[in-house]
Amino acid sequence: MEKVLTRNIGPEQTPTDLKAYEANGGYQGLRKALRELSPKDCQTVISDSNLRGRGGAGFPTGMKWSFVPMGDSCTPGHKYLVCNADEMEPGAFKDRLLMECDPHQLIEGMILAAYTIGADVSYVFIRGEYVVAIERLRGALAECYASGLLGENILGSGFSLEMHVHPSAGRYICGEETALINALEGKRANPRAKPPFPQVSGLWGRPTIVNNVETLCNIPHIIDRGADWYKTLGRGEDSGTKMFGVSGRVKNPGCWELPMGTPIREILEVYAGGMQDGLQLRGFLPGGGSTDFLVPEHLDLAMDYNVIGKAGSRMGTGTLIILDDQTCPVGMVLNLIRFFAHESCGFCTPCREGLPWTRQVLQDIEDGRGQLEDLETLAYQVKYIGAMGNTHCALAPGAMEPLQSALKYFRDDFDRHISGGCCPYESHKVHQHQHQQIGTGA
Amino acid sequence: MNDAQMIQTDLGTVLTREEIRQIDTELAHVPYKAGAAIDALKIVQTQRGWVSDESLRAIAKHLEMSAEELDGVATFYNLIYRRPVGEKVILFCDSVSCWICGCDGIKAKISAKLGVDYGETTTDNQYTLLPVPCLGACDRAPVMMVGDDLITHLDEAKIDQLFSDVTVEDSASEGEQ
Ligand SMILES: Cc1cc2nc3c(=O)[nH]c(=O)nc-3n(C[C@H](O)[C@H](O)[C@H](O)COP(=O)(O)O)c2cc1C
Ligand code: SF4
Ligand code: FES
Repeated sequence: MEKVLTRNIGPEQTPTDLKAYEANGGYQGLRKALRELSPKDCQTVISDSNLRGRGGAGFPTGMKWSFVPMGDSCTPGHKYLVCNADEMEPGAFKDRLLMECDPHQLIEGMILAAYTIGADVSYVFIRGEYVVAIERLRGALAECYASGLLGENILGSGFSLEMHVHPSAGRYICGEETALINALEGKRANPRAKPPFPQVSGLWGRPTIVNNVETLCNIPHIIDRGADWYKTLGRGEDSGTKMFGVSGRVKNPGCWELPMGTPIREILEVYAGGMQDGLQLRGFLPGGGSTDFLVPEHLDLAMDYNVIGKAGSRMGTGTLIILDDQTCPVGMVLNLIRFFAHESCGFCTPCREGLPWTRQVLQDIEDGRGQLEDLETLAYQVKYIGAMGNTHCALAPGAMEPLQSALKYFRDDFDRHISGGCCPYESHKVHQHQHQQIGTGA
Repeated sequence: MNDAQMIQTDLGTVLTREEIRQIDTELAHVPYKAGAAIDALKIVQTQRGWVSDESLRAIAKHLEMSAEELDGVATFYNLIYRRPVGEKVILFCDSVSCWICGCDGIKAKISAKLGVDYGETTTDNQYTLLPVPCLGACDRAPVMMVGDDLITHLDEAKIDQLFSDVTVEDSASEGEQ
């Protein structure tokens, strides 16, 4: 298969500097756009390519960009392009690799996106723990400013753009795009009501596009080589390639660029090397911690947005988390719910009050104090917290996804905890309940 | 010694000239002063390790916002420390992939070795242990950060080796001196 996003990323994972990036065709897409394509042309190419957002929701990128007011329909002032590099979804680890090893690819994608929507200021909003990526992106930005690829009048085209690397002060909800915008404005990162959508009124009330790192990394290649080429890369109905990852107790956990539509079995068995010796596959979350479980019967499905959707889950980030037969499914869901309860921004009641309640019910079951009625309580919580529209943002419904599917596929395990009065899995039992959320935040 | 460098506000609290210079640089990018709240907190934390009530009030005054409003921002974020931390913060990943790969046992090992639980600082003031959401290195689980360094594929031997210089005194809950 042709490597696109990872063509500069070798097994050593050494970073690519400007010289090496340009030597391998880098900034060709940008040169081409500034030379011969109008912003409208660029938007059309991206729409035609069927690129869908890689941040989790899979929204068509070209369409998102088309909502930004252009020319006379836009009031005078700034427009913003923001790269979402928050990557705090449990089990997601793809954007880190792209930024650490090929920062210029992301920067070129951002310049092209900014050119298309007419933005003059751009930010990489990146989680503070990504110290290596922050340093390399800053180094790459300096190279760009020094060689006329950023700043005033880029490559003599008349187009100007500033770019800043903005490390987050840390909170999962900052990854939600309107919460991210509040964080950039120096506020508490509560999500905003939509509409107005950020495309029209975002950062400081101005038109703003927020795109995921991987989404933006695709842009230079599509502009350079065209929508038709991009569409041939996928094996199924979706276009392009995707960063797929596998974590959990497999032989060779990792992250690989593969065609869209690659069957799950191939990712798991060929790339991740299958389960570790002595372990069997019980199930998996196909796209990070807020996606529904799938089970071995789904192994032959293609990793395409609609295919995974029809099977009852979501492609999400495309990073699979594997549940083996010696790990407790109840414990795994408890770990996830504990995370979401801790990271709730506290703005709306079903999430702020509901998730800690769910966590407590699961903790009771895991510790062997569960009652049969608890399963009804969990089903009730899934129904009310999980319904889109009952909460202010998608965090809480996302939190319910692994729980609702665990109740469906691993119901026996819940029953065994309750009837046996203890967790039937021995591993992982140590110190689980002494775990509390204590931070130094007051 | 450093008096010339200190700005005394009428609250009796101080920001250094350097801190004020850095905060004012951020102010150039925002339409109103409170917009630089998080940047200002980070600037002060970088200098002092954490944000005390005194620093918080001084920053709030400089940004023309109430201390309560600024505290609402400060306490929202995981990486703004409103209590003193040790020389290095250990950010220990307790999210799902690390949990599947046995991070609870590693956490227990660290707690025993350093004599601290989450939120506590070692008696020699070297390390503060905090939980952190998924560090985006799930393929190398279990993982943690010690200061700026990401440490992967954790096992008990690695913990012994990393913290071989730490001697734990009897009680972890020494309280304030
Ligand atoms: C709670 C929550 C957390 C999110 N975290 C991230 C994240 O870390 N990175 C990301 O790209 N998108 C994240 N998203 C999705 C963003 O809101 C947004 O849809 C995405 O950045 C859009 O980029 P895309 O169109 O390129 O996919 C999150 C959404 C929610 C509800
Ligand atoms: S669902 Fe949760 S994270 Fe989202 S706005 Fe409500 S409280 Fe905040
Ligand atoms: S779960 Fe620990 S790094 Fe992702």
